[in-house]
Amino acid sequence: MFGGVKRQSGSLIKTLNHFLCDQPNGSILQRLVSSPRTRSTSRTFSQAKPHVALVGGGPAGYYAAQQLLKGNPHIVVDIYEKLPVPFGLVRFGVAPDHPEVKNVINSFTQTALNERCHFFGNIEVGKDISLKSLRDSYTAVVLCYGAADDKMLGIPGENLSNVLSARSFVGWYNGNPDDKNLPVDLDCESAVVLGHGNVAVDVARILLTPTNILEKTDITEHSLEILRKSRIQKVYIVGRRGPLQVAFTIKELREMINLSNTRTIIQPSDVEGLDKIIQDIPRPRRRLTELMFKSAVAPSPEMAQLWAQASREWRLVFLRSPVEICQTAGGKVGGVKFIVNKLQGDNLETQKAVPTDSVETINCGLVLRSIGYRSLPLDNTLPFDENKGVIQHQQSRVHNNKGLYCTGWSANGPVGVILGTMSDAFETGKVVLEDIENGTLLCKERSKRENLVAQIKDKAVTFSDWLKIDQAECAAGELVGKPREKLIDVQQMLSIARSS
Amino acid sequence: MNSQRLLSILVSRTLTQRTPAPSIQSWSRLRATSVVQEKRFCSSVPKPQKQLVNVTFLLRDGKKQQVKAKVGDNLLDIIIENNVDIDGFGACEGTLACSTCHLIFKPEDFNKLPDKPTDEELDMLDLAFGLTETSRLGCQVIVTKDMDGLEITVPKGVSDARK
Repeated sequence: MFGGVKRQSGSLIKTLNHFLCDQPNGSILQRLVSSPRTRSTSRTFSQAKPHVALVGGGPAGYYAAQQLLKGNPHIVVDIYEKLPVPFGLVRFGVAPDHPEVKNVINSFTQTALNERCHFFGNIEVGKDISLKSLRDSYTAVVLCYGAADDKMLGIPGENLSNVLSARSFVGWYNGNPDDKNLPVDLDCESAVVLGHGNVAVDVARILLTPTNILEKTDITEHSLEILRKSRIQKVYIVGRRGPLQVAFTIKELREMINLSNTRTIIQPSDVEGLDKIIQDIPRPRRRLTELMFKSAVAPSPEMAQLWAQASREWRLVFLRSPVEICQTAGGKVGGVKFIVNKLQGDNLETQKAVPTDSVETINCGLVLRSIGYRSLPLDNTLPFDENKGVIQHQQSRVHNNKGLYCTGWSANGPVGVILGTMSDAFETGKVVLEDIENGTLLCKERSKRENLVAQIKDKAVTFSDWLKIDQAECAAGELVGKPREKLIDVQQMLSIARSS
Repeated sequence: MNSQRLLSILVSRTLTQRTPAPSIQSWSRLRATSVVQEKRFCSSVPKPQKQLVNVTFLLRDGKKQQVKAKVGDNLLDIIIENNVDIDGFGACEGTLACSTCHLIFKPEDFNKLPDKPTDEELDMLDLAFGLTETSRLGCQVIVTKDMDGLEITVPKGVSDARK
């Protein structure tokens, strides 16, 4: 695995040295700024060198940076990130047992090592630095800060302990410093996951996967300790609509069906009749529905045998809307009360769930809410669609805010796999380049950006600092047989970043 | 080992050791630099040359690019090694975890491909933009000597599909 890396080490270290020598306030920039030639031709010179600030160092940010750097040989891109470490949801969202998806970090790292790309971690826009000052100092500002909030159910009992947001639960096992103290109690037999998206399936899979598999991933050690003691045997994944409306993708479903020591239970009555319409559904939905139908009605004999021997199980439950989280006498979660729905509407994929008179309770000791994320407005001046939880924009251009752009989940909502974010960010990059090219955007005085960077320099974690953190994490992982052991504390991250 | 102990080891290791050059072993592979040839210092037996065939890619901007493809390599590797410039191609580096190396074959060529797609490949293809009945993931298609003269389409990204 490392053979290929060794061969490239020469060229990479060269790139790295180049990068390290060209810090924002390094001598090259200062010489250029102070030289008489630059002063006399400052306008034309600065026009040739646009500066773009990206707010958020996740996949949208790095893909946008990649497009910008490629499309203009003079552009300088600064990535501002709230946490000291880069890569956003690729680090904190992608499941630990999906390491392949994290290979995108390699291309982000290449982008980051470009001498025209700078990372300023540990800098929160809106707190350490204002959006206005960014807009005053840069040719363009791209908002790509994702979706930091999640939707609430708004039902009684939601505030009980052990009713957790799946988002925080994911952050907890993926080492997000914000979620490190999440009180997760797995001393119960059943869990209910509310929602039929990929996050719901991810959290269910992590709850059911044998820990001897998880301990070889980069899952955080504190979570692993609690998962090792888990008594959970049953996970219900419950959605308000039917099998034709699920939002999870087939890869995630297939993983659940093939999960070691875990049987799949889908009620045949829930998929009744689907075989008659399957052929008329477009392919992605058709294959997903076929897999559900087959697993419910006619699993292969080998699969049926494995399921019969399994000690854990997961159930896919449809047409249930939660109305109350029930409490035990001891004040703990006892179960979830649901209203049974029926579907209405002719279009199968957009059918609506309408309540019936039936009510049903599923007993459980843990509830994970996974009914969607939402973005938050970074600034009260930002045109924001409260309903959808996204920034208002047209083709990435934020409404009535020249020079301000948005992309990724903060622009288009928290949906889709990395491919969607990548395409969005590439497109946004092209739009910004186009506006620079056609003169819509005027380059600001270079000294403005220099001054701003000087203000945050001492607090900021640079990409070379991150490489130290990365190295420390990989070294710590090696001690316990993992690809890395993530630091979960911001102060710990900073102390490594500041070490020489 | 509990996490606190682990972290303190981690911090003390980092603070006591001087760590001048950041390790590059943390990244499993860096694609664009992977074209560096492997150097062999002493070898009396010449390395067997792989057979080459011509493969043409019809790119998103309508241009065509013909490359020499080594028999036995997969189409993703061929695109990377020949520096065919396709934005975002092969994001997961051939591990069947994304659909960014989506390629479209002519029906007659598609039917001749020696290996049929697995369920896992089809699962990923289902997420691809502009999916067709003759779509494959480049990382799963191995070049054979019968493929000489093959023409393959690189489908447009999402943004184009939305317009």
